[in-house]
Amino acid sequence: MTRERLQILRDLFVAFAKMGAITFGGGMAMLPILQREVVYLRHWATEEELLDYYAIGQCTPGIIAVNTSTFVGQKQAGIPGGIAATLGMVFPSLVFISIIAGLISNFADIPAVRNAFAGIQVCVCVLIFNATVKLLKKSVIDRRTAVIFSLVLAGSVVVNLSPVWFVLVSACAGAALKALEVRAVGTERDGQ
Amino acid sequence: MILLRLYWEFFKTGLFAVGGGMATLPFLKNIGETTGWYTYADLMNMLAVSESTPGPIGINMATYVGFTVAGVPGALVATLGEVTPSIIVILIVAAFLRSFRANPWVERAFYGLRPASTGLIGAACVSVFLEVLTGIRIAGDGFVNRVSVSGEHLLLWPQLLLAAALLVLTNAVPKVRDLHPIVFIVLAAAVGIAFRFAGA
Repeated sequence: MTRERLQILRDLFVAFAKMGAITFGGGMAMLPILQREVVYLRHWATEEELLDYYAIGQCTPGIIAVNTSTFVGQKQAGIPGGIAATLGMVFPSLVFISIIAGLISNFADIPAVRNAFAGIQVCVCVLIFNATVKLLKKSVIDRRTAVIFSLVLAGSVVVNLSPVWFVLVSACAGAALKALEVRAVGTERDGQ
Repeated sequence: MILLRLYWEFFKTGLFAVGGGMATLPFLKNIGETTGWYTYADLMNMLAVSESTPGPIGINMATYVGFTVAGVPGALVATLGEVTPSIIVILIVAAFLRSFRANPWVERAFYGLRPASTGLIGAACVSVFLEVLTGIRIAGDGFVNRVSVSGEHLLLWPQLLLAAALLVLTNAVPKVRDLHPIVFIVLAAAVGIAFRFAGA
């Protein structure tokens, strides 16, 4: 590997580590920071490319911030670039969380800490509820998606089954429903 | 061997959780239930810390769960497990970028995937609400989940009141609802201490 290539990989790692360290919340909170760092400061991608990566990152498996980092990194320096950018993105989390988790486990028995976390759990409930409502507006767009949502929700509450199965079956169901719709529209058009 | 198991569980999470950080929650809940590594209450605390520290929530949660299970090596292995499928999938998609976006089957599969992912988070939301705000508990036991009532009270009124107040603050009050979640987490912690939510 040439020195220039190593330099690019190092730049990718450092830039994405910086972005990981200053983003609170990931996902949507990340986009403005990515735009500034990747598009305006470093010219690693155009605005349109970044939005494309972001859109694909949202509809491919995994963490959106990680998917987008891999995309930008691989565009700069191929597969090693994708890996360097992703490792940079997760590096601050590894450091911060390991330190905080270590500290918290030392203080977990203090009454005030236990009371505080009992209060925080209530807030987490509300935050998960708000996240669900936000996603609901984006993903449940007609009667059939409403049926899939309801069946998965009820099924997952009642039955003790890995979420993997719900995801696989729903992907197949979605593909089948859409394909049938396309065919139905096709035959209708032929009939006229 | 616990590290191998950790890697594999998080690899599956990274591969099947669609829609970002919160979508990993149902998977993490499932891992806790099947392995006994941590309880649901532990997971709630980890989620709260992950929301309040820098970095993507999904990565923070993976790191935290990994750390809880096997210290710093666990944190590293869980996080790498979660990002491995992302790296593989994105590198493949990047190679076929145009045909991926134009492929009708990709769009059709996601038509079903998106509401399913939301349904899984919704179900996690239901069991979190029951766990934290009531004495009702849903536990994985055989194929059908078992519902039981634990503790002295069916409804925990202080918790319910705080939840109602936070729901209004985060949704209905202009300006306040745009504040970062960390503000509400700190507020809830203060209320928890003032009113001894854990009874401690």
